[in-house]
Amino acid sequence: MSASIFDHDHHFPGVELPSDIPAELLRKTPLNLPNPAELEVLRHYTRLSQQNFSIDTQFYPLGSCTMKYNPRIAHTMASLPGFARLHPDTPAPAMQGLLQVLWELQEWLAAATGMAAVSLTPAAGAQGELAGVAMIRAYHAARGDHGRRKMLIPTAAHGTNPASAQMAGFAVVEIPNLADGDLDMAFLDQHLGPDVAGIMLTNPSTLGVFERRIADIAARVHGAGGLLYYDGANLNAILGRVQPGQMGFDVMHLNLHKTFATPHGGGGPGAGAVAVQERLRPFLPLPTVGREGGGALRWVTEQELPRSIGRFSAHGGNIGVLLRAHAYLRRLGRVGVSRVSAYAALNANYLLKELQRVGYQAAFPERRASHEFILSVSDLQKATGIRALDVAKRLLDFGIHAPTIYFPQLVPECLLIEPTETESKATLDRFVAVMAQIRQEALEQPELLREAPHHLPVGRLDEALAARRLDVAAAQ
Amino acid sequence: MPYIPHDGLETAAMLAAVGVERLDQLFDEIPPTLLVHDMVLPEGLSEMALHRELEGRAMSNAPLRCFAGGGAYAHHIPAIVWEIAGRGEFYSAYTPYQPEASQGTLQVVYEYQSFITRLTGLEVSNASLYDGASGLAEACLMALRIQGGDKSILVPENLLPGWRRVLDSVLGLQNIRLVSVPYDRATGTLILPAEAGDAAALIIPQSSALGLLEPVDALTDWAHGHDLLAIAVVNPLALALLKAPGDWGTQGADIAVGEGQPLGIPLTGGGPYFGFLACRKAHVRQLPGRLVAKTVDGQGREGFCLTLQAREQHIRRGKATSNICTNQGLMVTAATIHMATLGGRGLQQTAVLCHERAALLRELLTAVPGVSLPYGGPFFHEFVLRLPQAAVAVRDALLGHGLLAGLPLADWGMGEAGDLLVCTTELLEEADLLAYRDALTSVLETL
Repeated sequence: MSASIFDHDHHFPGVELPSDIPAELLRKTPLNLPNPAELEVLRHYTRLSQQNFSIDTQFYPLGSCTMKYNPRIAHTMASLPGFARLHPDTPAPAMQGLLQVLWELQEWLAAATGMAAVSLTPAAGAQGELAGVAMIRAYHAARGDHGRRKMLIPTAAHGTNPASAQMAGFAVVEIPNLADGDLDMAFLDQHLGPDVAGIMLTNPSTLGVFERRIADIAARVHGAGGLLYYDGANLNAILGRVQPGQMGFDVMHLNLHKTFATPHGGGGPGAGAVAVQERLRPFLPLPTVGREGGGALRWVTEQELPRSIGRFSAHGGNIGVLLRAHAYLRRLGRVGVSRVSAYAALNANYLLKELQRVGYQAAFPERRASHEFILSVSDLQKATGIRALDVAKRLLDFGIHAPTIYFPQLVPECLLIEPTETESKATLDRFVAVMAQIRQEALEQPELLREAPHHLPVGRLDEALAARRLDVAAAQ
Repeated sequence: MPYIPHDGLETAAMLAAVGVERLDQLFDEIPPTLLVHDMVLPEGLSEMALHRELEGRAMSNAPLRCFAGGGAYAHHIPAIVWEIAGRGEFYSAYTPYQPEASQGTLQVVYEYQSFITRLTGLEVSNASLYDGASGLAEACLMALRIQGGDKSILVPENLLPGWRRVLDSVLGLQNIRLVSVPYDRATGTLILPAEAGDAAALIIPQSSALGLLEPVDALTDWAHGHDLLAIAVVNPLALALLKAPGDWGTQGADIAVGEGQPLGIPLTGGGPYFGFLACRKAHVRQLPGRLVAKTVDGQGREGFCLTLQAREQHIRRGKATSNICTNQGLMVTAATIHMATLGGRGLQQTAVLCHERAALLRELLTAVPGVSLPYGGPFFHEFVLRLPQAAVAVRDALLGHGLLAGLPLADWGMGEAGDLLVCTTELLEEADLLAYRDALTSVLETL
């Protein structure tokens, strides 16, 4: 652990508080925040940064998170003073440059997804999901179809899907997947009916394979009066190749911090733009950007879109993230966009084949990998007691971030691996060599894995103690 | 190929290893009818051309001296804040699910949580929510879970309208009623509600949409006297000066929530900002979002990890306290560095400066003929000015003088047509205040 910022306190006398504010409204207790010198601050946080793995310093094949390179030019563009110092309540005529960027991004995302209209406002994927299912609810309500209270969601879906459906007032019904990874159609048929509002899917699914019968699923759900929600978490797999709109989806969100290369920032900010088919346009969350006949751009408000599901943040959403996504898309252009999924798939399929070659077992060996794939180390567990967690922790010792583990939960001892298109063959080959070595170690010196990581600032942390002691703020 | 490193030979070798000849064959499980034929996207640009294009867009946004607030504030951000927050190790890391490889982010969040608890006087802070408004919606849902069985929330009419709309959208989905608490049209501050009804909580803004400081002690005590929770809505910078929610009334507020943007986050047209949420330790299991705790490893070395994850969607799925996953991590990193750089003393000095400049501007502007103050109560750094002409027209005319003069309350459906909400921060020096006075004088003469 690095030194605490609280070690750098310099004691200054308190600041005199204004006399024209009544004393009972002023601070009663002194503000006990540290007063370090600027150089101490700089060193402290620079050192802390060095205790992080990141895309900029390590290979980061974290499945379902799309840890691709975040181009620096996007950061530079979003930081331009003309954008950075713009107050959200600046009248539209004085912020045409920003509105132009946002309007273009709306158009481009609609084109890339095959949808009719886009709202950029949701702050992250989960907020996009909430907005999306709220639109499904509003759509049925507007038709006087009030009995549709159920949302169908695959058991293997991201946890945000059922949580968002719940927040929008739906009852969640989980649908299992078959052994080949596709959805259980018999189960689906059994549960479709006049009480179903819709289904939330991602395609390729969280199992790392393409849902082959998607057109059939769409026909059945639509036939039963439901709508299809597309969770855009896995859009990188099909970008420029298959459009959710064409697959039959009615509404979706995009994780701009995955597919469109905006940074994850140690846990955000993201952006979860939503895209819809024409019949859901009246319900889009606000604000969106509209264009007048003469070309002038402005925020669209409730007056124009009275049936909107409303607003989910105080202003226009995570605009700085949208600026970065716009810069990325503009840099790639039409041709660059269509290369994304091709090379994401190439890297994933290559890595899968190579890892199988060195002895690892694929969860779906008969299937083509999408942009990611699942390995199961159940065989190692049976032979040596080594678990997916141990493999993950040992990878850290080699300066490689661990893949996602134990998700999706239905594959035992799984590793979900997503290399992304921005990694070179050399990096992938090194990963394969390290994984081969770890497999060897598991068989010959399993304690090396069980006690990993060995070379990081801390070893495995006592999470039970953390929850029991609940030390969540420094003592004063 | 932008950001794709493969050359032709590598691609061929990799395809061969997979056992296919062309990239297209990697998609052979996808029914051909689903493949895209046409996609209307622009041609790609070189980095140089992209830079030129976006710089043009940025420069076409008018550079204005900012006297607008209303939940987003123009403050000075020390150079080191984004210099460090922009480091790749923070910028391009994921959520710290592998704690051994994420001690940097985790310790930053622990420090952030510590700073927020000290500012608010409460015991626990989460690792952030999307923004202040969505944070308030989460605070309301949290209060409803704690209270159990209640069906409504008491919402002041002088809460920022943008925040009220978010409450309408989010709480409306769960059929929770929002009951308005009116404010006194003469003083601008809240009137104690007549009854609590089936409410779980009362929302108490420390500084209202009119910029006025509310009698937080009386409101908190009223809430507790009626078995409601008190949800404090606070500006974190103002807390360097004003009473901490933990000290409100006889027992203190139960939950404090606010917009973190004043702590080192650029305005950027409305986001990304971050919402902070703090509460009593007794309520920690109902807290939405991530939480970091200090612990030890097998050798007794101190370290940090995420804790109480069973509250969260990736474990509890449909029964989680919230659907939030990605939050505003990088903004929290910047805010933490910002708070450490200013220190407790710097934050207090900044807050005092904001207040003094606002008091001076208020004095200068009310001396302009025809301009008056509808409300006389104490304020932090925002106040309402009543102009003799429509505030929208005056605001638009002042754009021509290089000023964003404030927010017309008419845009919010509040107050009178001449009411303009004006904000002053430490960025505006005396010369700027005088320039505002002169410009306003001249605009009022000519409009």
